[in-house]
Amino acid sequence: MKEEKIIEKVDSVESLPLSIKNELKNKLIKVNRKQKLSEKIVKNIIDETVKQYEDSLVEPGEAVGTVAAQSIGEPGTQMTLSTFHYAGVAEMNVTLGLPRIIEIVDVRRIPSTPVMTVHLEEEYKNDPRKAKEIATRIEETKVKDITKKILMDVINMEVMLEFDQEILSKQNLTFEEVFKKIDALKKTKSVDKENMRIVLDPGNVSLMKLRKFMTRVKNIKLKGVKGIERALIRKEEEGYVIYTEGSNLTGVLKIKGVDYKRTTTNDIREIYSVLGIEAARNAIIKEITSVLEEQGLEVDQRHIMLLADQMTKNGELSSIGRHGLSGEKSSVLAKAAFEVTTAHLFEAGKSGAEDDLGGVTENVIVGQPIPVGTGIVKLAMKSFGKEE
Amino acid sequence: MNKINILEHEMVPEHIIMSEEEVEEILKKYHIKKEELPLIRSDDPVVKLIGAKPGQVLKIIRKNSPAGVSEYYRLVVEGW
Repeated sequence: MKEEKIIEKVDSVESLPLSIKNELKNKLIKVNRKQKLSEKIVKNIIDETVKQYEDSLVEPGEAVGTVAAQSIGEPGTQMTLSTFHYAGVAEMNVTLGLPRIIEIVDVRRIPSTPVMTVHLEEEYKNDPRKAKEIATRIEETKVKDITKKILMDVINMEVMLEFDQEILSKQNLTFEEVFKKIDALKKTKSVDKENMRIVLDPGNVSLMKLRKFMTRVKNIKLKGVKGIERALIRKEEEGYVIYTEGSNLTGVLKIKGVDYKRTTTNDIREIYSVLGIEAARNAIIKEITSVLEEQGLEVDQRHIMLLADQMTKNGELSSIGRHGLSGEKSSVLAKAAFEVTTAHLFEAGKSGAEDDLGGVTENVIVGQPIPVGTGIVKLAMKSFGKEE
Repeated sequence: MNKINILEHEMVPEHIIMSEEEVEEILKKYHIKKEELPLIRSDDPVVKLIGAKPGQVLKIIRKNSPAGVSEYYRLVVEGW
């Protein structure tokens, strides 16, 4: 049989997914090159593949959630309780291991160690100097990061700042630029450009106000992206990549030279609000997989996909805790069977709660078949009356 | 400044607004009601960009799944 014919034949099969089709095509063509296959044999092989594929599909009623939970949970027991250090970038701390998994399924507002992976555009990623330049542009620089001295004069109620040329040029800043930002407060008393000194007078204020004023001056943002505390460059196979401590997706994506199509963060909530629910689903899968991989554990993608699909099925991120998916109303009997039995039953009695016996636990308690596997099938009698 | 189009981001799969007939077909195929589909909020950044309205169904084409390419469906609902 001709190769084009084989490809056409395999493509016409509707019930197979793309990845299996591709594999089948490659294998058939490979064999076909060695010894010509007749049309009948090819047809038989395809039919057999379809049969095997359909046999290995999940049966209706299969408790896939339980299987997924156990498949992720079991390797979890072998995880080192807490590991720090990011593979490669030794200077950077990243939560990994079990604490990170819990953080992901909890969808905490801000991860304990927000980190961004910033990819660069073609012209920047092979030049360490250009990459470094972008890194300094991303890194948030405040007044306190570049002052040589910052003093509070309590007698004259003034704040004195002194800068140093060396530190300034390292950050690509000039004294004029810095002064302009600080002058925006409109509290400047005097400037000494030669010695790079600025004296600020907040006016007639109390000591406490003066202290507050000083912290405000210290935190004036000079450049960079808000929230990015540190940016490191690292050489990888594809070129230089920037890793940041702190995360601000919208801010960093806008920076020139950043390849915004591939730049990501480990803050799933941020991905959700900037890129949408589907991107958040991908982020959950990616993050969980990378944590497990880092520990040398292998879990089938499909279990993690199921978890991510469930967490995003309402169009927003719902967390998973000890009581299951948040927002899911669970049965009174199931809750009572789990913990503080009497408290749950009293509460249910007081509020006149109902239980539609939809889950497994409830049905075990009342002694009915559980709605799993063959138990999911219900029989309905066909009435023998006159047909409409 | 970069001009950003989040639809081009590698983490964002393709979202397509489905026609009424296509939706009907899907619902029939899986024996479900429209309300049983997974949801996507109307204030989702992708939904806003492609201009889908509540009540419409989006077909999401996911690549890199174990199946090669797979389709997923989400019903657009009012953000709350």
